[in-house]
Amino acid sequence: MIRAIRACKTAAEERAVVRKECAAIRAAINENDTDYRHRNLAKLMFIHMLGYPTHFGQMECLKLIASPGFPEKRIGYLGLMLLLDERQEVLMLVTNSLKQYPVVRNICSAEMARDLAPEVERLLQFRDPNIRKKAALCSIRILKKVPDLAENFINPATALLREKHHGVLITGVQLCTDLCKISTEALENIRKKCTDGLVRTLKDLANSPYSPEYDIAGITDPFLHIRLLKLLRVLGEGDADASDSMNDILAQVATKTESNKVAGNAILYECVQTIMSIEDNGGLRVLAINILGRFLSNRDNNIRYVALNMLMKAVTADGQAVQRHRATILECVKDSDASIRKRALELVYVLINDTNVKPLAKELIDYLEVSDQDFRADLTAKICSIVAKGTCFTGISSLEDITVSHVGSCEHISYVGLAAGNFVKDEVWYALIVVITNASELHGYTVRALYRAFQTSAEQETLVRVTVWCIGEYGDMLVHNVGMLDIEDPITVTESDAVDIVEIAINRHASDLTTKAMALVALLKLSSRFPSCSERIREIIVQFKGSFVLELQQRAIEFNAIIAKHQNIRSTLVERMPVLDEAAFIGRRAGSLPGAASTTTVPSVSLPNGVAKPVAPLVDLLDLSSDDTPAPSSSGGDFLQDLLGVDLAPASQQSAAGQASKSGNDVLLDLLSIGSPSQTSSSTVDIISSNSSNKAPVLPLDDLSSVSLSSKASSNAAPMMDLLDGFAPSPPTENNGPVYPSITAFESNSLRLTFNFSKQPGSPQTTVIQATFTNLTSNTYTDFVFQAAVPKDIDATLKRDEEVSHEDDCHILP
Amino acid sequence: MGIRFVLMVNKQGQTRLAQYYEYLTLEERRTLEGEIVRKCLARSDYQCSFVEHRNYKIVYRRYASLFFLVGVDNDENELAILEFIHLLVETMDRHFGNVCELDIMFHLEKVHFMLEEMVMNGCIVETNKASILTPIQLVDKNS
Repeated sequence: MIRAIRACKTAAEERAVVRKECAAIRAAINENDTDYRHRNLAKLMFIHMLGYPTHFGQMECLKLIASPGFPEKRIGYLGLMLLLDERQEVLMLVTNSLKQYPVVRNICSAEMARDLAPEVERLLQFRDPNIRKKAALCSIRILKKVPDLAENFINPATALLREKHHGVLITGVQLCTDLCKISTEALENIRKKCTDGLVRTLKDLANSPYSPEYDIAGITDPFLHIRLLKLLRVLGEGDADASDSMNDILAQVATKTESNKVAGNAILYECVQTIMSIEDNGGLRVLAINILGRFLSNRDNNIRYVALNMLMKAVTADGQAVQRHRATILECVKDSDASIRKRALELVYVLINDTNVKPLAKELIDYLEVSDQDFRADLTAKICSIVAKGTCFTGISSLEDITVSHVGSCEHISYVGLAAGNFVKDEVWYALIVVITNASELHGYTVRALYRAFQTSAEQETLVRVTVWCIGEYGDMLVHNVGMLDIEDPITVTESDAVDIVEIAINRHASDLTTKAMALVALLKLSSRFPSCSERIREIIVQFKGSFVLELQQRAIEFNAIIAKHQNIRSTLVERMPVLDEAAFIGRRAGSLPGAASTTTVPSVSLPNGVAKPVAPLVDLLDLSSDDTPAPSSSGGDFLQDLLGVDLAPASQQSAAGQASKSGNDVLLDLLSIGSPSQTSSSTVDIISSNSSNKAPVLPLDDLSSVSLSSKASSNAAPMMDLLDGFAPSPPTENNGPVYPSITAFESNSLRLTFNFSKQPGSPQTTVIQATFTNLTSNTYTDFVFQAAVPKDIDATLKRDEEVSHEDDCHILP
Repeated sequence: MGIRFVLMVNKQGQTRLAQYYEYLTLEERRTLEGEIVRKCLARSDYQCSFVEHRNYKIVYRRYASLFFLVGVDNDENELAILEFIHLLVETMDRHFGNVCELDIMFHLEKVHFMLEEMVMNGCIVETNKASILTPIQLVDKNS
């Protein structure tokens, strides 16, 4: 039959043969054919192994067990173990016969365990060593099923430890180990009584003369060695006395065992494990770690692997000793075996501290260049986390040192992006940008390195983003070769070359929204840095005015306006980013937003076409918001905002002209050039989200109030404008109640809108905003609509209490 | 329990012997074997012989066209398991005389007996080749 199955070429053929055989076997069973019964069962076993159902043979097993001949019985048991499973009721039938022949016991259910326990206990003292051995195993099985039987077994088990017969001893040791794990009582008991005995046994074993029957590679029964060591480990854990008594033997095993064969190494490995987990003994630990060090330089992969695993555990116990083997571990990172590399890398990561971060990171970055593809993603991620870790210790200076001291290492940073390609996670490029801004003396170099890297591999998303960002920030350095290092080859980049790069990036199909948005910002910045290219940049931006993506479209329009009409403030608007605050970055990454506590959510600006979008990026972009960091409302805006210039405190100074409350609004209005609403047609003024913080009276109006004003003129269909305005009313100075200066929210030559704020004593949550509309023309306004939108978390009520000279219509947008 | 299963698989990925020391349904066994075999057979000679799979380790060793895969608990000594595989092969060698894949296929029950003498309930119980083989030889003589 086996031959037939082997001959089958396809799975279908095989199934057919198996079906035929099964039919034959079934027929044989029905005929009660006793002669061939065991043959059939052997066949069934084969079929079972191939993964076909064989339950019909189970009863057959039982019949075989019941039969008188030993071979039949034997095969019956074998079949029983293989074919049956623990859940079936047939087992109940087996229990009885098992009582008579407790030979084989791989299979057992809980009830069976209870039934058989006394029997097994008796057998543990049986004369024949084979029976004792099996009884011991049986008890292990029983204990696994019914742990509460443990106490019955303690005494016979300890008796087994005095055995001479290896087989019995090994099972006895195993039984004790399991007992110790199950019950603390047993652990105490065995620890007290047997530790010395075990130490003696191990000593005898280690010193035993050559015995051919148990010899493996010149060592007597390594398996027994290992079991004994394991039991000692369990006994020594957390008990100083026991640990003390085994010190000598462990030292002996550790020093005397031959380490040129696998068996010897297996014992050493186990010994090291035991040393590491028993109570402290400095000398032994050093010895153990030195053994591991030797393992590491072994040529055998397997041994290096276990050594790395073990060192990983040892680091917590004795970091200093492990540090000594750093060089060897670092070699293992370059191993040809992926799993060894991975382990070694993890270990290196654990080993890094502030003293060695520099050389280690350097080594890894060096290696990154030559490593193979699959490994690079891993390696990159680790390097980046090392960098992050490094910053925790010593600040970024360490990495800068590497960059300065190391030839072309910024190139390596870009390699990080290059090598890992699109596997890099988002954090990586954020981290990169943070690193770059902080290495101020290297800006010029970095941007040139990135420029070159971009030329060769423009398809890497990460690289593109970083490059675009850097060109935007440091484009002038690129062109004028500022801050040349001795080591680089001079390159000539014209202004239009730099713009080309960004244009390529923005027009790439593969670029996603973030990249494109970053490119737009970069273009805006370049337009100020390279006045000669300004016109060309404007053309590129104008293309995006028709973008389907709202974000891009809106930005394009805004930027276009800035370029076209506001030459005078443009350069201040697009100033170089302040150095990004690393602590904030790390904190942010950890998920805690330092500024978030004091701010409310960013108001969603409801655009005239009814689409809500997070306003945060824009606010930052224009540097006009208040001192408070707006908490990002969507993850998308979050980091973008960082990138675009978050440092808000300086920002508000920078645009101080625009901030001085009243006159500021004029500048703002100028800036965004609002077409004056035509007087006759109905004009809609949306006052969007004049929100007040409803949290505490201390910071009531600190967060921004954005006023969006859209004016629709029927005649000329002026483009819709968003006006974002930030107010930073001075925080309350008087103690007896906050007083807020009134502000002019909107002013044109036809209409002025002022807000007066007041708090009602006794209800600090409520801010009353009195809006006064003043008609500055002689005409009469008709159909005047005032709409206010507030965030959901703020309740707003609108009241009309003015004597109005014109029809006034108020409603609240949610 | 140290050893969870012992598998012998040939180069084509066909199972030649399977012994489990924990209960798995037929379906689970098949998927498990498939996963493991794919994982281990894809590895090259210069890689180490330990693979982590699910929540345990697989120690494997290759003899000619046959792979010996042993699934063990995480705290088991891998090197010892390697040595055990070698011992198993030596034992079979002594019994069959230059053992090959076909020997194992046609004398499946004998290999099972051997394995059973050596490993019971997931722990190694007997490492003496002579005492492993005596019962099997006795059976042979009787029949």
